[in-house]
Amino acid sequence: MPMLEGIGLSCIRDDRLLFEELTFKLVSGQILLLEGKNGSGKTSLLRILCGFREPDAGEIRWCGDAVNDSQFLAQMAYVGHLDGVKRELTVLENLKIALALGNTGHYSIDEALSKVHLAGYDDVLVQALSAGQKRRLSLARLLITSNVLWILDEPFTSLDKQGIALIEALMTEHCANGGMIVLTSHHEIELHDVDVQRINLS
Amino acid sequence: MSLSHAFFAIIRRDLVLALRRRSEIANPLLFFVLVITLFPLGIGAQPHLLQAIAPGIIWVSALLAAMLSLDSLFRSDFDDGSLEQILLSPQPTTVLVLGKIIAHWLVTGLPLLIVAPLLAVFLGMPSHSLGILLLTLLLGTPVLSLIGAIGVALTVGLRRGGMILSLLVLPLYVPVLIFAGNAVQMASAGLPVDAQINILTSILFMSLVLVPLPVAAALKMSIN
Repeated sequence: MPMLEGIGLSCIRDDRLLFEELTFKLVSGQILLLEGKNGSGKTSLLRILCGFREPDAGEIRWCGDAVNDSQFLAQMAYVGHLDGVKRELTVLENLKIALALGNTGHYSIDEALSKVHLAGYDDVLVQALSAGQKRRLSLARLLITSNVLWILDEPFTSLDKQGIALIEALMTEHCANGGMIVLTSHHEIELHDVDVQRINLS
Repeated sequence: MSLSHAFFAIIRRDLVLALRRRSEIANPLLFFVLVITLFPLGIGAQPHLLQAIAPGIIWVSALLAAMLSLDSLFRSDFDDGSLEQILLSPQPTTVLVLGKIIAHWLVTGLPLLIVAPLLAVFLGMPSHSLGILLLTLLLGTPVLSLIGAIGVALTVGLRRGGMILSLLVLPLYVPVLIFAGNAVQMASAGLPVDAQINILTSILFMSLVLVPLPVAAALKMSIN
């Protein structure tokens, strides 16, 4: 049973203590929503979970063991502030690269594109997409690769109401399938039948 | 997906990207050609002097052209977040990074090899040394891309890393310059160059094996 634990985490940035003694436990089907004002360490915590930063104290455990890179990375996916898609490549080329870098997931590329309402955009260069479409494309990456843990930093940025509802539906589906999600968001998220834990960092 | 699939996908991606932004290929090549064509004009009508320093001119220009192109290796991936995705891939970062370096060499190093014989003739180099010139470029320019990758990986997170990059990388380029330049000079004089070629080959293989490790580690640091 997949399980993500943070034990006694703390983070110091530029001599400022962002958080300390942060402990949480996330199991299949749950969502962890990080709240807090700007600069309270939400993104830092997500980057620590991804392994981009070392926590200044404490440790992260995946399924009870200390995080072992290749095993953990094969089961997680991250969508951050930056979309992580190449402007000069087409939608399809971008997803093919994502697929080559990860493991094949539930959905094929075509299915994922229609899920995020980008069907028919296969051969469009990403630089011709709007900000919201780009965001949906980077979220489509979550669907085509196999992963249990989604780490999402402000996934609703630049999405319209329809887009937000779409992502909420995808998140609900992911949790129903036994996945788990850690996310930050300024929007009030509306999820039904999902166990949402909240941590306020400020 | 398999490791080799990811490796070739990265190479293909970077080649397609380079084709779509042509300036990345054109810039170092144009620099290389311009510098070499300017030398005869600067030196004046002294064909023997030009012939004597031709190997040095070609190699120094190749080295500077390689350095000019280095920043593009990880810059755009860093800026648009693709680098994060590459580091988060379950495939070993070292192999993916090696793929990127190979693609970078194909785009910036290989074109130099293609125009070098023409420029060598232009500088009056004897034709029997052309083969050795090409061989040193074939062995040496990948080393420039490989060693340069360490410097870029260390400085990609800095706003203005250009200056530090040259300071970091240039001293490490010197051995390649010495052995390659010397080999071409010896070949022009009709002397054997096996020793220099062997050393260049061993430098190439050593960097192929050793470079991806520090590059992967430095990228992890830069992304922080």
